[in-house]
Amino acid sequence: MKFVLNGASTEVKAHPMARLLDVLREDCGLTGTKEGCGEGECGACTVLVDGEPVCSCLIPVAQVESADVVTIEGLGDDHPLQHLFMNEVGAQCGICTPGMIMAAIRLGATPTLDDIKIALAGNLCRCTGYSAIYRAVLKWKGMPPAPSRAEGTVR
Amino acid sequence: MKTAISGLDVRSAASLGEALTVMRDDQRTPIAGATDLYVALNFGTLEPRRFLDIWAVKELRDISMNGSTLVIGALATYTSLIRSPLVARHLPMLVEASRQVGGPQIQNRGTLGGNVANASPAGDSLPVLAAADAVIVLRSADAERRVPITEFYTGYRATVMRPNELIVAIEILPIEGKQWFRKVGTRAAQAISKIVVAGVRAAAPRIAFGSVAPTVVRVPETERSLAAGATIDEAALVLSREIVPIDDIRSTAEYRMRVATNLLRRFWAETG
Repeated sequence: MKFVLNGASTEVKAHPMARLLDVLREDCGLTGTKEGCGEGECGACTVLVDGEPVCSCLIPVAQVESADVVTIEGLGDDHPLQHLFMNEVGAQCGICTPGMIMAAIRLGATPTLDDIKIALAGNLCRCTGYSAIYRAVLKWKGMPPAPSRAEGTVR
Repeated sequence: MKTAISGLDVRSAASLGEALTVMRDDQRTPIAGATDLYVALNFGTLEPRRFLDIWAVKELRDISMNGSTLVIGALATYTSLIRSPLVARHLPMLVEASRQVGGPQIQNRGTLGGNVANASPAGDSLPVLAAADAVIVLRSADAERRVPITEFYTGYRATVMRPNELIVAIEILPIEGKQWFRKVGTRAAQAISKIVVAGVRAAAPRIAFGSVAPTVVRVPETERSLAAGATIDEAALVLSREIVPIDDIRSTAEYRMRVATNLLRRFWAETG
């Protein structure tokens, strides 16, 4: 099984039905990707496959043959969005953080708060109440901060 | 994960021809986006052990027009449905339904053919397809046949599909009238529906509900009463006699009945 992992071509020996999540964590040693619910509800295991966010707990590794896979480790240790999650307190217990960042990382240049809420609609956080996460993403994109209590919701 | 994967056997198909040959000679459970199948795998409730991975069959991804018929390949993902100008023009209620399936991660993998094949009474796209009188195109190595969606489901999670068949496309004839979709769940994103409805407002209205019966259902008596000029109060009464929702882990029969009639009123008010 060959695919591109965080920019480097990678070969793993794994059962084709193994979850991408397990292959990343156990065969590739990349434990930044977290398992939350194991049913595609929480988004903690989000990685990019060919540039699109997906739940790695729901993907048989056979389906990433020749694909381009990016995990949280692929951003390096010094990505501005990582710093903003820390500085804006968008991370508390931290389990959702890698998935949140990977779900946000492909947002366009000038996302609205609604765009951000839609991009992160598949990611659950039980600590922050989301406001700090939205603040971190808005700041990363150079967008003005949201009102302290956001008016209305989408989705 | 509760299922031991060592006992699972999977083959991959690169083309439709290859996939249909495998299904003829060596019947297997198809896997596409795996967004339902891997939930069962993770829970340990997955029964099949032999699979055919069709995710790479590119020819089933197209969304196109055949004359005036909208043809959606079985492997079109929700994301591709949301982004498709053809779907936006001809079947906007499917765009709305697709936006409400899971979050972006699920929309990027889940497929329309998968939603049809999975046959959940709560499938978000199914009332849209029922209200649109969609035709499910089934193909085996030897033959192709077309089944109206209203005849596709025979009971809870049961369909007319034969073990050697794959869903290859969903066809939609031109629709006159305003389209409408609404899903009610516990929260807006990532929720399995308590009730879901799609409607087409025309001289002969077409209305379909999910999560009120073992399969997606049209409500022909309610449709006929509206077509004959009944008031919405009268039609709501007809609907309350026509559907028989149940209590389950996601909601109660009483709540579903109340919401179903409210949604019928909302449909009628917003499309009038």
